Formats: sequence, structure tokens, C-alpha cells
Amino acid sequence: MMRYSRFLTAAAATLSLLSLSSGKAADLPDRLAACTACHGKEGRTINAEYLPRIAGKPAGYLYNQLLNFRDGRRTNAAMSHLLQPLSDAYLRDIAAYFSTLDLPYPPPAAPKAGADELRHGETLVLRGDAARKLPACAQCHGTPLTGVAPAIPGLLGLPAAYMSAQLGAWRAGQRRAQAPDCMGEMAKSLTQTDINAVAAWLAAQPMPPGSKPMAAAPGPLPLKCGGVPQ
Amino acid sequence: MKRWLAVLLGLAVFAIAGVSFTLMREMYGHALIDRKSAPFEATSAQIDRGEYLARIGNCAGCHTVRGGDAFAGGRVVDTPFGAVYAGNLTPDRATGIGDWSAGAFYRALHDGRSRDGRMLYPAFPYPNFTQITREDSDAIYAYLIHRVKPVHRINTAHTLKFPYDSSLALATWRLLYFKPADQKSDDKQSADTAWHRGAYLVQGLAHCGACHSTRNALGAPLAGHAYDGAMMPLNDWYAPSLTARDEASVADWPLEDIARWLQTGTSLRGTAFGPMAEIVFQSTQYLSDDDARAMATYLKALPVTRGVAFKPSPKTVSSGRAAAADRGSELYKEHCASCHGDAGEGKAGAWPALVGNRTVLMGNTANLFRVVLSGGFAPATASNPQPYGMPPFYHLLKDDDLVALLNHVRSSWGNAAPALTTLDLLHYRDGLRTAATH
Repeated sequence: MMRYSRFLTAAAATLSLLSLSSGKAADLPDRLAACTACHGKEGRTINAEYLPRIAGKPAGYLYNQLLNFRDGRRTNAAMSHLLQPLSDAYLRDIAAYFSTLDLPYPPPAAPKAGADELRHGETLVLRGDAARKLPACAQCHGTPLTGVAPAIPGLLGLPAAYMSAQLGAWRAGQRRAQAPDCMGEMAKSLTQTDINAVAAWLAAQPMPPGSKPMAAAPGPLPLKCGGVPQ
Repeated sequence: MKRWLAVLLGLAVFAIAGVSFTLMREMYGHALIDRKSAPFEATSAQIDRGEYLARIGNCAGCHTVRGGDAFAGGRVVDTPFGAVYAGNLTPDRATGIGDWSAGAFYRALHDGRSRDGRMLYPAFPYPNFTQITREDSDAIYAYLIHRVKPVHRINTAHTLKFPYDSSLALATWRLLYFKPADQKSDDKQSADTAWHRGAYLVQGLAHCGACHSTRNALGAPLAGHAYDGAMMPLNDWYAPSLTARDEASVADWPLEDIARWLQTGTSLRGTAFGPMAEIVFQSTQYLSDDDARAMATYLKALPVTRGVAFKPSPKTVSSGRAAAADRGSELYKEHCASCHGDAGEGKAGAWPALVGNRTVLMGNTANLFRVVLSGGFAPATASNPQPYGMPPFYHLLKDDDLVALLNHVRSSWGNAAPALTTLDLLHYRDGLRTAATH
């Protein structure tokens, strides 16, 4: 009897987990053809500089970006148009689905930047610049730079052009997040040279094998971020 | 001879004076309505009712900026005459409607005037809302005043082009094209109460004609063309005719299908996309079953003015040069067949059939191009919480290929619509290119 009830509890827990993570529809991937047409099969982009890979990114991060596109904090006409008639609940399901995909990363492209630029990038990413009150990227995005669940994205496996375009957009106020917008603040204290160097170094790093977003940040976050539970 | 001239001159002066007087009265002859003079008690049932009605009227569709505070206004309505910005409807006293009385609110809906008597621009659809009853107006007012969070946001000034920015132009427009509804004369209860309720919703509160009716050059409804379809100003979508069999008439749909479509945006006969998907998402999905049936009853009974229902064509039509036809068929297999089926048959509940599909075949090809270039999702609703989406092909297909593909679809499996050219496509692709840089 005891064993039976324990089995039932376990089964119920499994069921509720399943319904949480995979939503209601068994054919969710079929329903999301509008996403994968551009972001690649299973959300993994093949070689497109401005179409980032979405597979395996933290669910909270993906969800925040879907909200940002739908609600006008990020501007991309194609994304906004697609998301207009979708509910928060569905956006959460979509984010959860793509976050669970675990697919191999291609090796990084050979860097086009010179050694000095790469060194400058590496310094900013791993150690920041105390004199300019710049925290290291790794302080929030995790020491292996693979992100922190649930809402801080990894910084590896993305093309340099995409990374510098995003940092540039944050700096120009064209990409925004829920207030307080910590990345907006960060990017505004970077120069274009900083941005290019950071993007070049990050894009040249291989993805550590079996890497996942960390469960928690290495320490307290140096800034307050509206989209990140703290 | 001289006497004739004097009489003529006298008549002219008289006519000018008459018109001037009428215009002046239209512009300045309406007083401020003060809130203090009219105390208003709201019941919670009334506030609930008002919340429902505000949804069916989709007030938030214009009065809420994307991602912004509910009803705080500021969203732009682009018109061919310039930009009009929706006002702040929150109960903030300084910048919203906190100092408005229920009477002033009703006058805005019914007569298109602000609290101080100033004329409002008809981008605010008071030519439709004039039909809203005082009772419903009071309920919406009660909801806005008592349940919406006050937000301090000063209204954005409209930026209309000359001469549309002058009150003389607006007064003239109103005298020519607007007459407040006489609700009493319309109040007779015929046998079909559902039809009457539907007429009230479609013509008034839900203001379907604001998009679906043809307008003249001054943006006024064209007499005799109610619900006859219209291009949406400046966004390249077409609000199809609700009275044409080959567009969006529902005269031959079962009543239940129409009601369900309003509540979900999907049916075996078609899916809501683009602006209509947003309307279903924000507004019509909340229709009560009775109101959905009432709107369906009215829409089904609209007179059919043109077009013929689809019949599969026995002969194949030429879709251009043979090489292009082969290319179209090849692209269809590669990009479309896995969802829409090898013979355009679609899959019930998921992907629309392309055979006999009115968006595919209709004379106005705006929506066909928009759907294929921009893709889209059906609206997420309570009964369809995870809708299917159509991928955007803007980045994926070149102009020639896209046209070959569409011509294949328009001329296969019994479809027989005329061939399209890349020139037809260009306008829509350019429109999206402009949008993408914003």
C-alpha cells in the first residue's frame, strides 16, 4: 500500500512537471515553424549573423526577450509582428521548449581581430575595469560565461557581428529590457572600441563541452536588473 | 438687371452667413461639462459590465501603448491625414478622465466632443460609438474610473497635415459626414433580437466598419459600401469585404462556425491573421456566447453584393512560363507541402487548406503577400492557447521564386486565379523593408 501510494505521488509529480515544461500540445515543435524557419531547425542557427541561436538558452531569458519584442522594448519588425497576438502563457511555453533543447555547438570562427584587441576584450570580460567601475561580464553571466538560470543568457556560441550589434543597440537605447535596465546601463559605459573587443573575444571562445547555464550567479549581482529575479 | 444682381448677391450673403453660423456653432457652440454637477454612483456589477464592454469595443487597442500602462493613451493612429494620438483614459485627474462626468464621457462617444466641447477627430471611431447606449457608456465609464489605475501621462498633440489640422476642416467634415445617432428610433424590438443585438455590436461598439468599410478621399464611409472591404491606411493589410462571396462574406457559413471564429480566430474555413488576429486576441475572444451568436447572426444576414463562391475549376490555368511553373511546384514541395499538404488540402485544426482559400484567390492580393512575407500566428485564445504559426518567407525566398510559388498555389488543385508578377510583390516587400529599418 505504502509503495503504491509513493508510486502514485511520483507519477503525479512527473506528470505535473511534464505539463509544466512541455505545455499542453504534443506537437509544439510543429506549431513553432514560424520560429525555426529563421532560427534554424530546432532553434539552432546555421551561419546567420543576425539570427541568434535560441536552443538551450535559459528559459527566463528567452521569455523576457519574447515579451520585449511583443511589447516594444526591443525593436525588430519581423519579431514584433509575429508575437502580437500571443499570450504571456504561450510565450512562456515557447521559451521553455527552446530552452530544453540540448544540441552541439559548432567550433568558433577564427577571430578577425588583432591580438591587442582580443586581450582588451578578454580583460573586460573576465576582470572588468575597476578604474572605470566596469564589472566583469563573468560576474553576472557566470564564470564559464554560459549564463545563469533562469534569466541571464550565456555569451558564447554567438557570432561577433551579432554580439557587437546587440551591445551597440543597448548603448543606443534601441534594445531595452524591463526596468531597471542593467544591460542598458552597462553598455552605455562602454566605448565602441570596448564593444568590438568584447564581441571579438567572446566569439572566438569554444563552448566548454556539456556546458549549461549555472544554477546561481557566482556572487551578488553588481547591478539591479528588472528581468532577473534577485 | 441691377435688381437681379442685388437679389443674387443678397442670397449669396445669406447663404454664406448661414453656413458660417452653422460652422461656428459646430466649432464653439458646445459647453464644458463639469463633473461636480453630476454625482455618479457605480455598482460592482456595472463595473464588471463596463470591463466586458471596453474589451468588446477594444478601447485598449488604441488607448494602450504596446507594453505600456493600460489605457494611458499615447498610441499613434497613422492616417493618410497625419498622426492622431490616443488620449489618456485612466482616472488621473490632471491628464486623464478623472475630472470627466459620466455625461461628458457619453457626449464623447455619442457626439465626438471632448469634456470642454471641443470636436474630436474621427480616428476615434465616434461615428460608430454614437450608437452606444447611455447605459453601456455609463458602465464603461464606471470601469475606467473605478478599476483602471490612474496614470499621469500628458496627452500627445496630434500632428495632422494642413488643412486637416484646422477646426474649420473638422467642423466641415462633421457637418458633411457625421450625425449623432437617434437611438430611440432604432429601438424597436423586432422578432429577431439576436440580429438587433448583433447590429448594435457590429455597427457600434465593435466598430467593424472602421476597417471593413470603404472610405472616400476624406476618410468618411462611402454611402452604399458598408463592409465592402478597404485597405488599412498605411500598413498594407486589406480588411476584406464582409459582403463579397469571394472575400469574407459569411452568408453561407453555419452560424456556429461564425461565432466560434469570432471567439478563436480559427475555423475550418479560415484563420485570422495580421490586424484581425490582434482584434481576436485583444477583443472578440472575450465575447459571451450570446453576443458572439448575435454578431454572427448579423454578419451572416449582411446582403451579398458581389463575388461568387469557390468552385474547383476543371481546367488548369497557365501560371506563366513552364519553367516558372516547375520552379513553383518544386518550391511548394520544399517549403509548404509538409504543413499545407501535397494537394493544398491543409489539416483540420492546424494548417488552412489552400484549395479554395479566399486569401489565396481574392482579387486584392495584399493579405496573401503579407502572410507569405511576414508570416504570423493565429491568435492565442482560451480554447486555442498554443496556436500554429506560418513562417515568414521575407528572408528565405527571392522575388522570382516567391511569385512562382504563389502562382503555383493559385493555379493548382482547382484553384484558378490570374498569375501574379514580381511587380505585384515589390510594393509589399518595399513596405516591409521600410518597416524593418524603424
